[in-house]
Amino acid sequence: MNILEDSGKDLLLGNEAIVRGLIEAGVRVASTYPGTPSSEIGNILEEISEKAGMYFEFSSNEKVAFEVSAAAAIAGVRSFAFMKHVGINVAADTLMTLAYSGVNGGMLILSADDPSAHSSQNEQDNRYFSTISLLPMMEPSTPAEAKEMIGYAYEISEKLSLPVIYRTTTRVNHARSIVEFGPIKDTKAKGHFVKDTQRFVNIPAFAKNNRLRLLELNKKAHELSEVSPFNRIEGSGDVGVITSGVSYTYIKEYTSGAAILKLGFTNPLPERKIAEFIKGKRYIIVVEELEPFLEDQIFRICAQNNLSVPIYGKRSGHLPREWEFSPDTMKRLKDLLTVRAMPSPLAPIGMKLPNRPATLCAGCPHRGMYAATKKAVGKREVVYCSDIGCYTLGVQPPFSTADLVICMGGGAGAAGGFEKATDQKAIAFIGDSTFFHSGITPLISAIFNGHSIVMVILDNRTTAMTGHQPNPGTGRSFGSVNTEPISIEALVKGLGVKFIETIDPYDMKAAEKIMKDALDFDGVAVVISKCPCPLELKKSKTLVIRECHVNQSKCIHCHLCLKTIACPALVAKGETVMTDATACIGCGMCANVCPKGAIEVMK
Amino acid sequence: MRYTVQIVGVGGQGVLLASMVLGTAAMRSGHRVAMSEVHGMAQRGGSVICTLRIGDDVISPLESTGGADLIIGFEPVETCRYLSLGSDKTQILMNLDPVYPSMVAAGFEEYPDIQGLVGSVRTMTDNLMTLDATKIALSAGKAVAANAVMIGAVAAVRGFPLKKELLKEVLLEKVPSKSKELNSKAFEMGYGAMP
Repeated sequence: MNILEDSGKDLLLGNEAIVRGLIEAGVRVASTYPGTPSSEIGNILEEISEKAGMYFEFSSNEKVAFEVSAAAAIAGVRSFAFMKHVGINVAADTLMTLAYSGVNGGMLILSADDPSAHSSQNEQDNRYFSTISLLPMMEPSTPAEAKEMIGYAYEISEKLSLPVIYRTTTRVNHARSIVEFGPIKDTKAKGHFVKDTQRFVNIPAFAKNNRLRLLELNKKAHELSEVSPFNRIEGSGDVGVITSGVSYTYIKEYTSGAAILKLGFTNPLPERKIAEFIKGKRYIIVVEELEPFLEDQIFRICAQNNLSVPIYGKRSGHLPREWEFSPDTMKRLKDLLTVRAMPSPLAPIGMKLPNRPATLCAGCPHRGMYAATKKAVGKREVVYCSDIGCYTLGVQPPFSTADLVICMGGGAGAAGGFEKATDQKAIAFIGDSTFFHSGITPLISAIFNGHSIVMVILDNRTTAMTGHQPNPGTGRSFGSVNTEPISIEALVKGLGVKFIETIDPYDMKAAEKIMKDALDFDGVAVVISKCPCPLELKKSKTLVIRECHVNQSKCIHCHLCLKTIACPALVAKGETVMTDATACIGCGMCANVCPKGAIEVMK
Repeated sequence: MRYTVQIVGVGGQGVLLASMVLGTAAMRSGHRVAMSEVHGMAQRGGSVICTLRIGDDVISPLESTGGADLIIGFEPVETCRYLSLGSDKTQILMNLDPVYPSMVAAGFEEYPDIQGLVGSVRTMTDNLMTLDATKIALSAGKAVAANAVMIGAVAAVRGFPLKKELLKEVLLEKVPSKSKELNSKAFEMGYGAMP
């Protein structure tokens, strides 16, 4: 079914349901930097935004994305900025002060949090951004509710003239449920910026007053939260559960015997409704993932209302602060609630099972660059500063080329610190999209401060890990906007870097030589490893597939190909090495390391 | 009614497609559906799992350990890795054709003996059904149709709440038109391969 249909229903992924919600709400501008678990929203908008009468862009980072959507909403147009949880850290500078000015058209900021860090470097709880910024927040529990809540959140945003934080988690973004399509709202396509210096220019004299404005609006938001249909009580009894997000679904289905206060409008909290709910209960259980965000506020609300009802949750040790919940988590509440009987699980198999971690693909050019770097480094002591992307998988053997991973662009900045504080040489690996996101400023800083580091830009011509979105290095060609790729080489040259080499990572001998020169160079050396992602080429049906073939009469079983490239298309059966025809793309990396020329690339 | 299916396998095997076929068929049968999927790293050869829950009042996207009514294992090691999703009452459907993890392919780790795995599972449950889905798909025409074989086999599982014809209809809607014939044949062969 087409997500743009006028009516009907479909089984939608949370992220698809969110897109449908945007269409129904008449959103006209959307912007993002791709990040899982929110990535699919961008991939869908890339396809359909123009048809939906929406301008959409992949911005160079989350802060820019945020600013693009903020401006649209300031000018009176409904807008949507979306990102993964750590993206909010990047955008936070804008977020905190935009709150002071507010918006005119509705604006939502989606923060896709990732409890259990399924595809993230941490599991920070972004609900605290709503309290620190004093912005209203909504939290849906299911894909169907995620769609429902979007139209409502835009109304709240417009009533308050404030952006609303729309907080999801992986089990909402990547859950699927049946979603009924509602009517599509017609909103104005173009806005107009009406100048208002005191409101939109936050110089100290005006910012002080805008803080008063924000505090007033926060009071108004509280009143809206008190009457919100998304803060509702289900069932009755003398035991109360207060919950939000996906945790609600586990409580609802796997426990019984309590009245439930389900919160969807979670900042500001409906304090009177909460106090009223708690009054007369024997005890209260607060069920939420990650931090005791609701729970601590509920303790405060009880204190202010002279309610001395026991509160159980994280502070009492019943529920964990780490990792996402599941139906099994409900077992921890068995002394407090009736928990549905769960069958005993089968025991572990008792045989050793091989691990199956995600791994760099067959023919992935990162394999070649890492292998060449390892050879060039030899016995030298180096620190491999890595970054966020597929190439982080270089942490695995045989490469082990990730010693430090913090955040987007973090490796590039840290490399300079290692170089100044130690006698170790620092190599910063960074992907093309990540370089544009936040690798340019650390590079400039390294040049400015005379660091002696090697930056290897792994330019695979796409934003691979999140599902192959375009980036400034590829140019844009969707939504009737066509732009030229930005040349990384020209950019780096323009900054005044003296050592710049672009290499083909499949040609590992040449790559090794250049990496040796780069390591010997005194100053900032930039090596651009340029080769398109084969998975992206496969998807766009432009991959020219060749096949590597091991000539068994020449092979000496040294396994050097396996030890240096470890390509999943190379298969060892005892001493014998073969290629897996279904996986091999014929890139020839293994042929380039074979000392006997036993691997032939067939057309 | 409440029925939970756990589909496990390796990124690229068609686990997501299979879950969409079962989920869409459940929706068309008038059931409520709640699902959870693993995205992101799936295409990088990692272990993947999809939860599909069908029923009148399902809302949770996840099921408890032990709570699966059916485990569909697209790969032997992955089936065994996720056994705790089921209990001794759970029907387990296991494809016996392996996909070697990269460290196994490279010769650094061992892939366990598949008949040994089957034997171990049988000591714990009487509800294991096995088939060579990839080999069956090859005889139907192409290895990629292994997921159609698996879906066909699911239609034959005792107590599975969705109708065979509906599953087939939805499957054929979701595959490219040029491979409809292959998938139709593979589906029937999978159905026929079940006792």
